[in-house]
Amino acid sequence: MPAELSPFTWPIAALLLAVSPVLAKAQIDYADTWQLALIEAEDGDTLRLPAGTFQLTESLLVDGIDDLVIMGAGRDQTILQFSGQQACAEGLKVTNCDRATLRDFAIFDTAGDAIKTQSCKGISFINVETSWSGAPEESNGSYGLYPVQCSDVLIDGCRARGASDAGIYVGQSDKVIVRNCHAIENVAGIEIENTTDADVYDNLAEGNTGGILVFDLPGLVKKAGGHVRIHDNRVHANNLDNFAPKGNIVAQVPAGTGVMVLATSDVDIYGNDITAHRTASVAVVSYYVTELPIADAEYAPIPRDVRVRDNRIERDRAWPSTKHQVGKLLALKFRRNPPPIIYDGITQGIIDGGGAPVGTWGLCVSGNGVDMANLDLGRGRKHLERNPRGFECVGEGLTKMGGR
Amino acid sequence: MKYFAILVTALAILLLPSASYDKERALSHLSEYGFFEGNIADLQPATGVRPYTLNTPLFSDHASKARFIYVPEDSTLGWQDREVLDMPLGTVLIKNFYYPVDARHPDLGRRLVETRLLKHTDQGWKAWGYWWNDAQTDADYKPLGGKADVDFVDAQGKTRHIAYESPNQIQCKSCHSYEGAMRPIGPSVRQLHGGAHSYVSEWVDSGLLAGAPSGKTDWPSMDWRADNITPELAARAYLDANCGYCHRHEGPASTSGLMLAWHYPTGPETGVRKSPVAAGKGSGALTYDIDPGHADKSILYYRMASDKAAVRMPEVGRSVADEEGLAVVRAWIESM
Repeated sequence: MPAELSPFTWPIAALLLAVSPVLAKAQIDYADTWQLALIEAEDGDTLRLPAGTFQLTESLLVDGIDDLVIMGAGRDQTILQFSGQQACAEGLKVTNCDRATLRDFAIFDTAGDAIKTQSCKGISFINVETSWSGAPEESNGSYGLYPVQCSDVLIDGCRARGASDAGIYVGQSDKVIVRNCHAIENVAGIEIENTTDADVYDNLAEGNTGGILVFDLPGLVKKAGGHVRIHDNRVHANNLDNFAPKGNIVAQVPAGTGVMVLATSDVDIYGNDITAHRTASVAVVSYYVTELPIADAEYAPIPRDVRVRDNRIERDRAWPSTKHQVGKLLALKFRRNPPPIIYDGITQGIIDGGGAPVGTWGLCVSGNGVDMANLDLGRGRKHLERNPRGFECVGEGLTKMGGR
Repeated sequence: MKYFAILVTALAILLLPSASYDKERALSHLSEYGFFEGNIADLQPATGVRPYTLNTPLFSDHASKARFIYVPEDSTLGWQDREVLDMPLGTVLIKNFYYPVDARHPDLGRRLVETRLLKHTDQGWKAWGYWWNDAQTDADYKPLGGKADVDFVDAQGKTRHIAYESPNQIQCKSCHSYEGAMRPIGPSVRQLHGGAHSYVSEWVDSGLLAGAPSGKTDWPSMDWRADNITPELAARAYLDANCGYCHRHEGPASTSGLMLAWHYPTGPETGVRKSPVAAGKGSGALTYDIDPGHADKSILYYRMASDKAAVRMPEVGRSVADEEGLAVVRAWIESM
């Protein structure tokens, strides 16, 4: 039988806490009570978190409970504050819980990731906030909302701020919806990594280093992502200086990136409002631009079948970020007016053919009303140019490589 | 008669499901299990409870461990070449964590801190933690885990202070996890054979361990302190025992793509020139998990040496670094 976990004591205790700051010690007992409830939970149980701000020093963990609900009183009402966390890195970790729902609470200032969910078939985050307060800093935790190796993931109406990697990060998962979310002042606002069947829409990503990223990385158990749609999002002024710890892949994302595809194939980017990015409004690149070694024979480093169509893209004249090679190249070649859509121009055909124009480009563009640049990194930039021919989307497919 | 049959059927329907869904519960006190005879703190095993040691143990903040296994009468353990041995229902692994007052003088006594039980039930393996009282007369069930400040003198005569912390019941599974289910980690053939005493030989001879390949006794052994062991094998043994339960395809750290269990050949998958995936500040601003020849440029070494939450590895079960483990891993990386 589904059960509410101690539903009656919370309002009374919350009231006591609200009126009496000297009861701070009681909040530690809250943490223990919640953790014990999660240890003893049965399938179908609901853990209610009352309104209030609660200081926690250790992660809350739950494992192996199906149809679990963890529910607060609202993401601006129930705030779990983890500043000064000593042991364990996460705020909340949910593992092997199928059809779990996390809703209506906020997690602040964890040492590591705010909410990690792993190996859950069916996981919903609804009206949840994960934030690091203060200025964005390298010492902030890596991920806000972090489902990994999950399927049937719904992230709806959530807010993520200040993550030193990605505010909303979906890794090695399948069947994912991210919608109605607000990602602000993270390194990556929303990142979809080695993930299949992801639909990302009606979100607002603003003030991050990069707004929305779709990445495939080598050396992972889930080898390839793809079949990803990024549409009807507002992606605005993601020009924040990159504050990721070096060594992480997102540390390579240049400030001023709107939407970026790294190595992932079958990505459809349409109907978005992408404005005010100083480096690249949309960038589509292979893993080779990272200049990192690839020791994974099953990994495909080159994106194919990426469509960028019917987006509203605007940028004012501004110098691209020159902290990374691609930005330097853009600044050198285009100064303050780089084309908003950037493609590295590396295809398997070019690599196999020793530079000869063979095969199909990985990218098509249409209806965006702005310029595109092929950096032609696969052929030593010989044909680096603005608005090259042969990249127009035709129907749902891709054009063959053009005359060059 | 007809009504009686209906009544019986109804009762059966009512009672059966509740009976079959009864979770096996932990007992309140360690003493209730009867694993030890006499003064419980002396850890004298009762009949059917057998001591064992592992060749390459997990580092747990310098705690010493006294391990026992209880196998129900008339049951046997089953052979596994690589994984932990098959253990029948009812098996209990009993691990006692303690600190000597002075490791150079065992006669000065010890302080038992906690005892962890892993029991094989018909609902899978269950982990139950018991916390010893100050009088050392018993240990109480403590699913939230416990904390204690411990001071002791180590084998080199160095006084150490440990802010000891035991995992809560769910954290047990952050290590004891195989394809999402709880499972023991330690008692494999390579951990039990060799060293000063082969428990594999003992248990095969006594009939406790069945299914050993016939005509062979050159079973695998993995002892990081074995004579003449190469730097690579010493380090890989240490990493297997301390990281490999999680860093393998069947473990939670499979997300990282870094595999450190014994059976993965040294290469990119075990960290050599491998870039991190989701390390965050755990990267230490370094590029590779293992940068051959450079321990100080290797994320693996950096995280082993750290005591900070969100950086240190393993995440659970230690608050201080293991100097001896670090030295072995450094020697290996520098030798590459």
